[in-house]
Amino acid sequence: MTIQHHPDISTLIAYAAGALGEALSVVVASHLDVCGECRREAMRMNRLGGAIMDASPSEPLASSDAGVVLRGGKVPAQDRPAVPAKHGLPRPLARLLGKPLELIAWKAVAPGVKLYSLPLSPGASGHLALLKVAPGRGIPDHGHGGSELTMVLQGAFRDEHGIYRIGDVEDIDGEHEHQPVVEGEETCICIIASEAKALFKGWAGRLVQPLTGL
Amino acid sequence: MSDLMKRVAVERDEGAFAELFRIFGPKVKAMLMRSGADAAMAEDIAQETLLSVWRKAHLFSEVKGSAVTWMFTIARNLRIDRLRREVPWQELSERELETPESSPDPEQSVGDEEEFARVRSSLSTLPEEQREILVLAFQQGLSHSEIAGRLNLPLGTVKSRMRLGYQRIREALEVRS
Repeated sequence: MTIQHHPDISTLIAYAAGALGEALSVVVASHLDVCGECRREAMRMNRLGGAIMDASPSEPLASSDAGVVLRGGKVPAQDRPAVPAKHGLPRPLARLLGKPLELIAWKAVAPGVKLYSLPLSPGASGHLALLKVAPGRGIPDHGHGGSELTMVLQGAFRDEHGIYRIGDVEDIDGEHEHQPVVEGEETCICIIASEAKALFKGWAGRLVQPLTGL
Repeated sequence: MSDLMKRVAVERDEGAFAELFRIFGPKVKAMLMRSGADAAMAEDIAQETLLSVWRKAHLFSEVKGSAVTWMFTIARNLRIDRLRREVPWQELSERELETPESSPDPEQSVGDEEEFARVRSSLSTLPEEQREILVLAFQQGLSHSEIAGRLNLPLGTVKSRMRLGYQRIREALEVRS
């Protein structure tokens, strides 16, 4: 798989800094799972984070007794166990979804367009959803406020920047106007993350708008 | 520093760990306090981060750059989890270390220690307007729009300064020594 479209460098930096919201982070993590180039870049960015932490002024500890830390019974930060590639999906997405795409209860939101919202943590803002769009249909302009990341999981779509295939990410900001259309004969499935604070209902409403011509 | 990490990883030397804790505990605590954690939570996360290093020291290479980077990633993930109460989607470095593509290629990479040194020195020579934005992102965990609000700059300016600053650091890594 040759990835042609990557998240913007500033998006990757926000991710590495831990400054990207959960919804957008899920898409970046999914892209990193399939893109070695961006994974290497993210590692360099982690190193930058380490360098910044190292160069920063210190804050004295209240208790500098390392023995207390070692025997304090605190449970250290756990890494999530490595998840094998599942259902042909990027691992971070497979972990969140917990089932193959075939078993998803899609909700029709417009002719040829189905949606499945993914849960986020209670503290998270923005939206995360899977979108399933039939051949020949447009993927509606669902932005309007904040950054938005779209990653192709199946099929392909096209817009003025080119063709987006499996693993490719379209990274747009709120001002950007675009009208992607499904490319080829295969149904296109994407994961879409938006940091827009608008209610999901409003977002879905705008989603339907371009298709119904309202 | 390499020696310290080796004593922690291989010899399980508690004295070496105490030294590591003395050096880096305050740095982790400072990062968390600048991110908005109170002193108690910041101290807690600093302890947890260093404890993680002790328990898993065998998993990372014995160079300073690698250890500090690992501590940063652990502390960053705890910050997302505790302060923002979101799921930290960033993987820790163990998986990255297992990824063949990430292992240092002597033909293309300058090596962990050298790369870390170059990142640090190029960071200190960045124009202040670029450095400041990268520091706000990594140290305080501020989003692009939060940085824009803090510095009273348009969002596009924040992103472009961030890209420019990072590009300079990348260029410093490409130059053969």
